[in-house]
Amino acid sequence: MANAVLETRNLTKSFGALQVSKSISIDLLPGEIHAVIGPNGAGKTTLIHQICGGLRPDGGTIRFDGQDVTGLSVDARAAAGLARTFQISALAQENTVLENAVLGAAGAKGQGFRMFTPALERADLVDAARSALERVGLLDQQSRLVSELSHGQRRQLEVALALSLSPKAFILDEPMAGLGTEGSKRMTAFLNDLRLEAPILLVEHDMDAVFALADRISVLVYGEIIASGTVDEVRANPKVQEAYLGEAA
Amino acid sequence: MMQERTLNALVLAGLIAIPLFAYVTDEPFTITLATRTVILAMAAVGLNIALGLGGLVSLGHAVFFGLGGYAMGLLAYHAQTYTPLMEVPFLIEGTKSMPVIWLVAVIVSAFAALIIGYLSLRTSGGYFIMITLAFGQMFFFFAISWSAYGGEDGLSIYVRNGFPGLNTLDPIQFYAICLTLLAIVLWFASRLACSPFGLALNAARQSPDRVRAMGLDPFRLRLVAFVVSGAITGLAGALFADLNRFVSPAMFSWQMSGEIMILIILGGTGRLYGPVLGAIVFVTLEHTLGDISDYWLIFLGLLLLAVVLFAKGGLIGALSSRRTAHG
Repeated sequence: MANAVLETRNLTKSFGALQVSKSISIDLLPGEIHAVIGPNGAGKTTLIHQICGGLRPDGGTIRFDGQDVTGLSVDARAAAGLARTFQISALAQENTVLENAVLGAAGAKGQGFRMFTPALERADLVDAARSALERVGLLDQQSRLVSELSHGQRRQLEVALALSLSPKAFILDEPMAGLGTEGSKRMTAFLNDLRLEAPILLVEHDMDAVFALADRISVLVYGEIIASGTVDEVRANPKVQEAYLGEAA
Repeated sequence: MMQERTLNALVLAGLIAIPLFAYVTDEPFTITLATRTVILAMAAVGLNIALGLGGLVSLGHAVFFGLGGYAMGLLAYHAQTYTPLMEVPFLIEGTKSMPVIWLVAVIVSAFAALIIGYLSLRTSGGYFIMITLAFGQMFFFFAISWSAYGGEDGLSIYVRNGFPGLNTLDPIQFYAICLTLLAIVLWFASRLACSPFGLALNAARQSPDRVRAMGLDPFRLRLVAFVVSGAITGLAGALFADLNRFVSPAMFSWQMSGEIMILIILGGTGRLYGPVLGAIVFVTLEHTLGDISDYWLIFLGLLLLAVVLFAKGGLIGALSSRRTAHG
């Protein structure tokens, strides 16, 4: 589609004889949540790595915000507004919550190489960081060390850091992982609002969350998109029921 | 337990008070020891930016220390022999002016750090240690075989270089120069550590993926840190050569790199004053135990072992209370 924010076309990737991405074409439209689901080992994380730039696809193209980003590095894509969270939290654990968020703001404003002013004395960075923390409900934890945070709080911080980029698209890799029922509910409500900010490509195992949030779902099995469509379409698809939902239900 | 700030202030006060006392009681050798301490501390503060903040275990920082030393040596040698350093394509003369020598030392070592960093920062862990060590050995053997400048014997400079308005041959005045420079370097290092760059560098050590996801390239962060780090160690090298009025390939040796690193580990990796306290302890032990036994390094080794095993955050960490190494 012409106005897609993010679009992959015929993405292929192999590790030796194992083909982990078989001509994957998906897109992300403004304002939507597009969920990618699939059984373990289906190639979801490999797909995310290729979209975010950590892995080079063997073939195919990735377009983001109107330009071909297939050859760009991870940091160049992030600077262009592609924000991601990690399946396993990747944070500066020895630093405080606020310091992490300020780093996010500094990266977003292209000030990561300023070395003469203390970051916490930069009002613009601190304000941006605090407002991101406030939105995920972590402001009261700002001076704690990340290593002291609970798992759920780290997930929230991951999202806050993604927010601080003022991104054009979010790539969220299992944001519900390990959150528990109550945490998942809160995160679901939060993501529902987040889509107004930028569209979300959501990789998630929690089916309740996916069915509650997704405008569209793509089902990835053995490196191949076997079905793509609205929640109801995908649920009704016999191939999906057989390959994936069937075994779970 | 005291605050780390208090401890830092005490260390700095000691660096002012002890040489002043030695000056009053006319003990110039103590002042020379203090000068040696301050210069080694500066070299280690330089390395600490790469090692403590960036997690870059460079076993080749003697390259920059030596380059600073040889920058001083070459410039001063040509000034004292009244020969130009080079004539083609343009004339460069020697100089006996400290500020000029410092500038040259900083530029030369920063440039070397850019090249060495560009090549070696593509590796990490053990490979990084080995490749920086290899660069160190390259410079070491180059200096040994460069007979025009004394080769293995090194270069002697007869009169210490000058600083406008001061008599640098007076130990206390030269000490004042070195301590002032160390204070400036420490101030800069403390600003850097909590700047956006310092945060990013620190985060790149803990989680490179996070830094990339924030739109920053860890390689570039580390390269810049390596250059800044090398430049500071280079400046210390120029002062060290001026203190001894002598440069030799030993400044390039891997033992020198190790010594600079030991100062940091002893004092506290990533702690602002870690290298300073480390240098004080090192020079004190070297002087007192060195008088008693030629095998004084055994005792240093035991102390180092104790610090590594029992004191998280080095001596600074053991003596002060703070939750983390940074910030």
